[in-house]
Amino acid sequence: MSWTRDDMAARAAKELEDGFYVNLGIGIPTLVANHIPEGVDVTLQSENGMLGMGPFPYAGEEDADLINAGKQTITTLPKSSFFDSATSFAMIRGGHIDLSILGAMEVAENGDIANWMIPGKMVKGMGGAMDLVAGVKRCIALFDHTNKRGESKFLKECTLPLTGQNCIDMVITDLGVFNREGGQNRFRLTEIANGVSLDEIKAKTKADIVYE
Amino acid sequence: MSKVYKTASEALSGICHDGMTVMSGGFGLCGIPENLIGALRDSGAKNLTAISNNAGVDGFGLGLLLETRQIKKMVSSYVGENKEFERQYLGGELELEFNPQGTLAERIRAGGAGIPGFYTKTGVGTLIAEGKEHKEFPNENGDIETYIMETGLKADLSIIKAWKGDAAGNLVFKATARNFSPMMAMAGKITVAEVDEIVPIGSLDPNFIHTPGVFVQRIVEAKCEKRIEQLTVREKV
Repeated sequence: MSWTRDDMAARAAKELEDGFYVNLGIGIPTLVANHIPEGVDVTLQSENGMLGMGPFPYAGEEDADLINAGKQTITTLPKSSFFDSATSFAMIRGGHIDLSILGAMEVAENGDIANWMIPGKMVKGMGGAMDLVAGVKRCIALFDHTNKRGESKFLKECTLPLTGQNCIDMVITDLGVFNREGGQNRFRLTEIANGVSLDEIKAKTKADIVYE
Repeated sequence: MSKVYKTASEALSGICHDGMTVMSGGFGLCGIPENLIGALRDSGAKNLTAISNNAGVDGFGLGLLLETRQIKKMVSSYVGENKEFERQYLGGELELEFNPQGTLAERIRAGGAGIPGFYTKTGVGTLIAEGKEHKEFPNENGDIETYIMETGLKADLSIIKAWKGDAAGNLVFKATARNFSPMMAMAGKITVAEVDEIVPIGSLDPNFIHTPGVFVQRIVEAKCEKRIEQLTVREKV
């Protein structure tokens, strides 16, 4: 047993604070929006040009001109605003967004992240990920601890081309939570997922982490 | 001199040539100038450098110009939705320059605003930084941070899509269909806008114009298909 994708999203949602402006990446991070705690007012930013992202539309009410960064149809909220891409990335690069939750192919023990290309295979591109990890105040990486072959994705050093250096503050995987905030250089295991043993985490983690 | 043209083809007449650089607005298939892309294809201009956040999908958007091999080089941030693109790129038939999305937006904005280059921390320590000038600046805490220089981008032609426009070239965009278009309007030597509706001069509130007419040389009203890439809905409870 380990955390499901929904469990991981729910755990990440606990990091949301009242008044936060948050950018959620494509994939598991998108699910975080379903777990925003009661009484916590967060504003979701979509880097294609919207603050205050609303839920999916009812069938028949979709608008091709209103999508999120994953190209999914969405809706507005009373507080929503639209803007161009330069303004959107002024928010991101300029440090005006409180939290970015994004997926990862690899994260290294020093906070490096790789999530945009696999050399030799198709390169899809980084989209806004490099800007997000460079500019947002706090970055949480949310990913499956191992790949399909069971190999660790939490490494001493990334093997894939980097998205950003020394920029990930917290890691949430299906096995647990790892934190390097408060001036720490190394990640510390702070929570273990239900039904997961410390030995399993140690066996599946190549990064040098503080366990205690 | 009237800026208003009757068809997308007329709106591009006399301004398309081989080897030119074209900026094309849109994010995914949202806010792309569908009719002007078709007219650009029909112009036959080839060896194009296309600057656009994405490369369309097979058979739609900029995918049309990839099918006809009119594009020599793409400057984009994400191209993951196009098989023909993948085939041409892996086969060495197509050049590709990736830019982080925010860097791409700012390069276009800078180009249009008369700024030849700027420093950003996006991409420091990655492949994107290779061969670029690095410079250190203190941050607000006095710590030294490294930045890389990125250059402004301009285009011979920008083709964009807006919601409403008038004969003066003033434009209003709808929802998230705005994305890169306002900056591309500034960065094009010639900017051609297609709009859902051309409205009479004076009917757009000057307080709410997104792109002032000085940035738009030609305008055409044209109907768009507006294809949806990911239709996501919720159930009524």
